[in-house]
Amino acid sequence: MTTHLALENVSKNFGDFVAVRDFNLEVERGEFVSFLGPSGCGKTTTLRMIAGFEMPSTGKITINGNDITNNPPNQRNVGMVFQSYALFPNMTVAQNIGFGLRVRKEKEADIKDRVNEMLATIHMENKANSYPYQLSGGQMQRVALARALAIRPEVLLLDEPLSALDAKIRVSLRAEIRSIQQKLGITAIYVTHDQEEALSLSDRIVVMNVGEMEQVGSPFEVYNFPTTRFVANFVGSLNTAEAEIVDPGKGILNMDGIQLLSSNVLKDKSKGDKVTIAIRPERLSFLAEGKKENVFDGKVENITFLGSVVRVEVTIGTRKFKMDTFNRPSLNLPNIGDAIKATCSDKAVLILKD
Amino acid sequence: MNFLTRLRRFPFWAWFWFILGALYFILPLYATFSFSLSWDPADPFKAYERSFGDSRFWNSFLYSNMLALATILASIILVVPTAYWIRLRLPQARRIVEFLTLMPFVVPAIILVFGMIRIYSTPFTIPFTDIVLMQPLTNFRAGTNILIVAGYMVLSMPYMYRSVDTGMRTVDIRTLTEAAQSLGANWFTIITRVILPNIRSALLSGALLTFAIVVGEVVLASFLGVSAFGPYLFLLGQHRAYEPAALSFVSFLLTWLAMGLIQLVSGGQGQAAGAH
Repeated sequence: MTTHLALENVSKNFGDFVAVRDFNLEVERGEFVSFLGPSGCGKTTTLRMIAGFEMPSTGKITINGNDITNNPPNQRNVGMVFQSYALFPNMTVAQNIGFGLRVRKEKEADIKDRVNEMLATIHMENKANSYPYQLSGGQMQRVALARALAIRPEVLLLDEPLSALDAKIRVSLRAEIRSIQQKLGITAIYVTHDQEEALSLSDRIVVMNVGEMEQVGSPFEVYNFPTTRFVANFVGSLNTAEAEIVDPGKGILNMDGIQLLSSNVLKDKSKGDKVTIAIRPERLSFLAEGKKENVFDGKVENITFLGSVVRVEVTIGTRKFKMDTFNRPSLNLPNIGDAIKATCSDKAVLILKD
Repeated sequence: MNFLTRLRRFPFWAWFWFILGALYFILPLYATFSFSLSWDPADPFKAYERSFGDSRFWNSFLYSNMLALATILASIILVVPTAYWIRLRLPQARRIVEFLTLMPFVVPAIILVFGMIRIYSTPFTIPFTDIVLMQPLTNFRAGTNILIVAGYMVLSMPYMYRSVDTGMRTVDIRTLTEAAQSLGANWFTIITRVILPNIRSALLSGALLTFAIVVGEVVLASFLGVSAFGPYLFLLGQHRAYEPAALSFVSFLLTWLAMGLIQLVSGGQGQAAGAH
């Protein structure tokens, strides 16, 4: 695999405000990378810098090793899908899809073939002569995707393309986007604030916060091994608590007088250091027989059914923890107010960087 | 539903004000039309026949139409890119430009034409020399036409700019521009193939308002000494009784026809472009 798209030390300032700070990323050909973060974290600004709609204040952007930092947007061969679809209202579906090819002055026969090919890809052959206002939101976004792909872009950029759609369409369309991207082997950058979208679509996720990259990794890594408190809190649900290191070699911690064991690295820490620990709710469970480590006495405070999952809130020591367990008919749940014993493996106790 | 219930639900006051307003507009028009037919009871349309039979009417009317078309074209070339750029890149300048476009309402046309005559009735020379670059624009026909079209552009600016700006407000100009750019389009392609088609009913509104202003305009045409329709109608009104009434009625009909055209286009697919 070779680097297809690279951002080197890219920063963007708007006056005194730093929107993106020192952003470094290498994306391989055919990779699907998501920028995930809350509003104002700089993810859309970074995407717009790749598209050429914003110029970086510092740094360099390359595609296939060619520096495109100062190229205007129409000379980058980058396809873009917008949240608001941005279909040309005066053109039919077929004309929208063929627009980029006509701008490139390709032969009319080739344009027709390519438009038909794209219509087949998005399963909308029967809508070729419809105008955008005659389409549903999902259909419009599929046309926008086809239009962006028709020009055979080097990189496909998607700026929260599913945000304006309802939940069911969102799920089906994101599967379609992923399937088309994999089929065409196109490099894609996807901006979203929806962790579920990022986790389900991406090869890699870049979690961003206040203009900086917090963590880059596969969905599995980002979810299971968040390296910072922000990532841990933003991606998925999480229990966090302050703890004191008792024995860094053995990974022993003390949380409000309760002993915890963590298999995660504590090498750079010393005895007495304060750290933030994190445990995913699904990694906590009711005590099975025979376990001696990481066993906590708790009291059930609340029970919530979330469909396939049941969330139990328990007080352990002075802190409230969430426990998620799969819902099944044989599930034997405690009652509110019951005393229980909860446990987790030493791998589940994460140590966060602040 | 009995009669009394129906009567209670009848929007009496709404209809009252509507009919009163309609009468306010229709009665003078009817009076003008009626007067125009009263020249010769044996030939009610005599005023119309005389008016249409006068070659000066046709010459001035066609000339004013040509001026109107030139003004519309020049205004579109000036206003569309300006309004587009302000919406896209200079939103902070919008208030200033809006204020400037309102100046024709504040500064009367007589001031404008005197300013034009004062500046353009002397030859253009290289500063501090007597070398003449160009004869005064008011001294030759083409120059006068340029001056009058420029003057009409100023007079129609409030209508044209507002129409175009309103049209652009209904379309997501920024995102459409970015979408077109990402597909490889340059500025010319974006304006001609994406922006203009999506504001065409707004353009038509501005164009028809400009047309109405130019065709009936008197002050600029009189002082610049051109044989336009406005001064012709004005002179006719001073010397004749029935023909001006006939021509006024025809002008009303033309205006209404134009408004009908706007309705037809904007009610159909015209604004479909942006509205959705």
